[in-house]
Amino acid sequence: MENTIKKLKVSAIENGTVLDHIPANQLFKVINILNLTDCRNQVTFGTNLESKLLGKKAIIKIADRYFADDEINKITLVAPQAKINVIKNFEVVEKRILTVPSEITGIAKCSNPKCITNHQPVPTRFATVADGGHLKLQCHFCEKMTDAENVVILAKN
Amino acid sequence: MPKSLISIHDFTKEEILHILDVAREFEQNKSQRILQDKVVATLFFEPSTRTRLSFETAANRLGARVIGFSDAGNTSVSKGETLKDTIKMVSNYVDIIVMRHPLEGSARYASEVASVPVINAGDGANQHPSQTLLDLYTIRQTQGRLDNININMVGDLKYGRTVHSLLQAMSHFSPKFTFTAPSELKMPQEYKDFLDKKNIPYTERLELDKGIAETDILYMTRVQQERFSDPMEYEKVKNVYSLTASMLDNAKPNMKILHPLPRVTEISQDVDDTPYAYYFKQAENGVYVRMAIIAYLLGYK
Ligand SMILES: [Zn+2]
Repeated sequence: MENTIKKLKVSAIENGTVLDHIPANQLFKVINILNLTDCRNQVTFGTNLESKLLGKKAIIKIADRYFADDEINKITLVAPQAKINVIKNFEVVEKRILTVPSEITGIAKCSNPKCITNHQPVPTRFATVADGGHLKLQCHFCEKMTDAENVVILAKN
Repeated sequence: MPKSLISIHDFTKEEILHILDVAREFEQNKSQRILQDKVVATLFFEPSTRTRLSFETAANRLGARVIGFSDAGNTSVSKGETLKDTIKMVSNYVDIIVMRHPLEGSARYASEVASVPVINAGDGANQHPSQTLLDLYTIRQTQGRLDNININMVGDLKYGRTVHSLLQAMSHFSPKFTFTAPSELKMPQEYKDFLDKKNIPYTERLELDKGIAETDILYMTRVQQERFSDPMEYEKVKNVYSLTASMLDNAKPNMKILHPLPRVTEISQDVDDTPYAYYFKQAENGVYVRMAIIAYLLGYK
């Protein structure tokens, strides 16, 4: 019953992808990572929804759009516990499992102000490093660590 | 992509030992003009006279010709040319590039756009691997081995990239470390974690005079003003250690003092005349080690 009420807060889609359990403060980073600002499909989202797991969560529903693994896995940077449901005919037909990619290219900003990537047109590149429960990004160029939780997502041009 | 030397991690333990052996061969026979038809570029986007002269001497002793600049001030770089374009262009002129650049990661990036090997002669506070290799060479030369050395690192252990790289390189050789630093400039936790993982012992000290008796290598460093964002923090610690000859009374006979130079106040002049002073010889060794690096990356040794 509770589940049904929650679903009503962001209207259901007939076909497409639902991204649930996104931490509310990471919603816009997820939108940037998936480049949804350029998406022509119908996109609906809700944020600051109650969540037992996260406190406040966000949800994104993208109609008629399905993601390749390497595309959707990028959101583990900021939303490691996200649940990805593939919807066909209003039904969940597949629950996707997210895995952290070993390398992240072109989407995250290096936190080192003296890094070459912050001064010249060099695409960023990081190796992902699990440090206890925290995900860190090690810059391929300057070798410094950037905390995934506070990472700045680069705007696409 | 040709093999470059950007970070000390780019070389295996075997490659490090090979470079040291080749360097010894060059020290014994200083002029081996094996690169007579080669051109070496020294691209110094920020000035570092000491490092540049050492590399240029190395190239000249190998018989190579040298082109380059010592300061980016009056080059196309100051007109806004990207590093990529400079490196692409120079790659087509020369056989190997030595570069120093104030931005961190610049050398790694250059090695990925260059068609020739790149040697990192310092990228900001990040890496300076030829310094690390010449330190290893000097340690082996003075102690007759690299294994089981007691190294006392003194001074700026927080920002000093030479001590961080040396620590990582020495971790191949079961060392014992003493870290002598004021509390503001202590060895960062990530390096202590690295040593813990490898079961390498270390002691931290505040006073310089107490730790000298058990030391094999006393590695002194300068507190560098340019690494501090807070000038007050620099004023507090800039003269914190000053080594004098009288502090060396209990030193072991094999003990040697190293310093990446230039020194300011951290080693007093009277130390120069003791048998422990080795920093000028260490600087000379830089030439042989750089000869070895150039010859190795070009496939000659
Ligand atoms: Zn970086």
